[in-house]
Amino acid sequence: MAGHKRIDEVTGVETTGHVWDGDLQELNKPLPRWWLYVFYACVVWAIGYWMVYPAWPTLSGYTQGYLGYSQRGQLAKDVAAAKAAQETFRQAIAATPITDVQGKEDLFQFALAGGAAAFGDNCSGCHGRGAQGAVGYPNLNDDDWIWGGSLEQIEHTIAYGIRNGNEQARNTPMPRFGLDGVLEPAAIADAANYVRALSDPDGVDKAAAERGKATFAEQCAACHGENGQGNLELGAPNLSDGIWLYGGSQEAVTQSIVTGRGGAMPPWLTRLDPVTVKMLAVYVHSLGGGK
Amino acid sequence: MSGITAEKPALGNALAMGSAVVFAALGLFLALQGVDPVMNLHGVFLALASVLALIYIFTHPSDDSGGYLDGPIRVATLAAVFWGVIGFTAGDFIAWQLAFPALNFDLPWTTFGRLRPLHTSAVIFAFGGNVLLATSFYVVQRTCRARMPGRWGPWFVIWGYQLFIVLAATSYILGATQGKEYAEPEWHVDLWLTIVWVAYLLVFLGTLWKREEPHIYVANWFYLAFIVTVAMLHIVNNLAVPVSFLGVHSYPVFAGVQGAMTQWWYGHNAVGFFLTAGFLGIMYYFVPKRVERPVYSYRLSIVHFWSLIFLYIWAGPHHLHYTALPEWAQTLGMTFSIMLWMPSWGGMINGLMTLSGAWDRLRTDPVVRLLVVSIAFYGMSTFEGPLMSIKAVNSLSHYTDWTIGHVHSGALGWVGMVSFGAIYCLVPWLWKREGLYSIKLVEWHFWLSTIGIVLYITSMWVAGITQGLMWRAYDNLGFLKYSFIETVEAMHWPYIIRAVGGLLFVIGGFVMAYNVWRTVRGDQPVDLKDQPRVAAAPELRHGVAAVPAE
Repeated sequence: MAGHKRIDEVTGVETTGHVWDGDLQELNKPLPRWWLYVFYACVVWAIGYWMVYPAWPTLSGYTQGYLGYSQRGQLAKDVAAAKAAQETFRQAIAATPITDVQGKEDLFQFALAGGAAAFGDNCSGCHGRGAQGAVGYPNLNDDDWIWGGSLEQIEHTIAYGIRNGNEQARNTPMPRFGLDGVLEPAAIADAANYVRALSDPDGVDKAAAERGKATFAEQCAACHGENGQGNLELGAPNLSDGIWLYGGSQEAVTQSIVTGRGGAMPPWLTRLDPVTVKMLAVYVHSLGGGK
Repeated sequence: MSGITAEKPALGNALAMGSAVVFAALGLFLALQGVDPVMNLHGVFLALASVLALIYIFTHPSDDSGGYLDGPIRVATLAAVFWGVIGFTAGDFIAWQLAFPALNFDLPWTTFGRLRPLHTSAVIFAFGGNVLLATSFYVVQRTCRARMPGRWGPWFVIWGYQLFIVLAATSYILGATQGKEYAEPEWHVDLWLTIVWVAYLLVFLGTLWKREEPHIYVANWFYLAFIVTVAMLHIVNNLAVPVSFLGVHSYPVFAGVQGAMTQWWYGHNAVGFFLTAGFLGIMYYFVPKRVERPVYSYRLSIVHFWSLIFLYIWAGPHHLHYTALPEWAQTLGMTFSIMLWMPSWGGMINGLMTLSGAWDRLRTDPVVRLLVVSIAFYGMSTFEGPLMSIKAVNSLSHYTDWTIGHVHSGALGWVGMVSFGAIYCLVPWLWKREGLYSIKLVEWHFWLSTIGIVLYITSMWVAGITQGLMWRAYDNLGFLKYSFIETVEAMHWPYIIRAVGGLLFVIGGFVMAYNVWRTVRGDQPVDLKDQPRVAAAPELRHGVAAVPAE
């Protein structure tokens, strides 16, 4: 229905004369000036940007732009500057024996800051942001160490990890007493009661604990010690202090004896540089339990 | 009005039945011979749908409906409401999952990774897609004064599209995905959508071809641009080689940075042509119709249409700033995004200024308010988009929740609200009612949605900028100040506020579904006197206005 053009009463503007679906019409308004000028300004700005930055592909490459800027160049510069800013401290830490770092206040502060940053992005996934640990992942704030809490011992554990195939890792396993059929289920249950009684004599089935005593002496004491006090050399946890890595319930302890657990930790030296590992050790050592 | 007559049925019926038999056989073959359970299930769906179609065609050999073909539009409108509330609910559920990860339930089917594409596809393609199908079929017939061609073509488009939605959704839940954002369905589902989409294009073009009007109305330019470009994007981005023609898995033909660039060329133009051009088509019909005013400027509509179409297609690389994408491509993506600012705003100006002389409708008609606020959100997010495409801003905003907030100001604010406005117009018009069941409930829907959106986007601004600043914070010794997990912990409260905002939006969706259901059922409107004349179906408007008994 190509009607004739008419003047819209409200706005005083002419319509285009087209009418659709009964009443759909269009006003013949010019483009808003501000709209047009801002559009032009954006186009001019874009053309200017193309001239100074890398922009258009060509047959053999691309236009580089007057500034000679490149993202990769900028990144390399920023990384180099960040490295240079830390270089003095890093070299000093590399040259200082780990036991001496604590004594040099500025190095110590640097190591704590670097260790905390590295801990947050590498360790907190398992050990928790506050190093509080979780089931299967030890709390690093207390002095209940499995592989030793001296600076050197901590550094070695971080550098090479635990039961990960690395030759220098802390590799001693615990036998799978149940899975490999070394002990009968009844004997395991008794041993679990005995182990739990070491820290909580009243919370267990006393008769079962009494029966488990012999099994413990035969199978467990070699690593965990006669009184279950543990052995840092073998990574055999102290069983008498009421601190449990995998839980202290009858079920959890039974499960530990059945499967041997075999928790692992990566060798961080394959991913982090030696200075960062050293700083991590200083940081973990400082959390409260360092020996 | 020779364009508005029913077609001769015999040939069409034969063709439709033949196609149904072929698809039923294909479905049965895949159900029995498919090499994985997802393909078996999809074969069953295809066979069932084809058999149902066959029975329906067989029992309905002739078509006595004259005038415009509105049946498929009614189906698509109801489908939009149905998928809408599902998609909104899924979105809010995964928002709560982010705040409380235990809600993943440790089951593969309910993890965030599978429900997230379910949410995005449900709201974009199932809700938004059905709104586009319904409104484009409605608008193109009215503004061309022509019935859609073909007896079964339009029906195939609508029901074929619903089948696509079911295939895609079941794929995600069962873990079959090609892992491309907004293009997750595997090759066989992509092929099915291609068939449906080509049919859609043909129906739309056929109606334009048959038109009884000398000029093509502006809404139809936008719809056509949307249909054509989405076809191109869909086909190119989904080019893949199936591992087996009997299984769902495939490998894309583009790899590495080419694959990433193709994906974001697709991804950004899905926003540009599906969620912008298509919904601008809705705006250009429903805003002037509802407020009974002429479109503000014909010249602006021409200039902003062509500049939008030309510039949008280049903007994709801004999704890949500071990546392996060559720097020159990043520059082009960024500068074209900046140049896109005014072309986008042309639509906002034309939509808003169409109200000149009718601004009082904003106060009296909540449907107009939905439409106008949607345009305001459109303006806001098309300003925010170019801003975020600037590399310096992007280095802060990229990978943060700011992006999520930006997307939702466009998706909930623009796409959602313009769709709600269109649905509230369409339902009484299509079912020949004197008005909506309740305009008061529309008022409720408006406020629930608006408050929900504001909570959503403000919490995501806070979350995103916090994240970005925490990620780049260094202490005075040169170490990162925050570990990644600390930046995650900082998101907890913004995530809760976002989920609450989303919940309000979901509730609004259910209010709409109830209102639509009561209107469709034919219940007497409870507040007809508060509804404008245009709320009634066109054929009933005289009755409502002046002549009591005709």
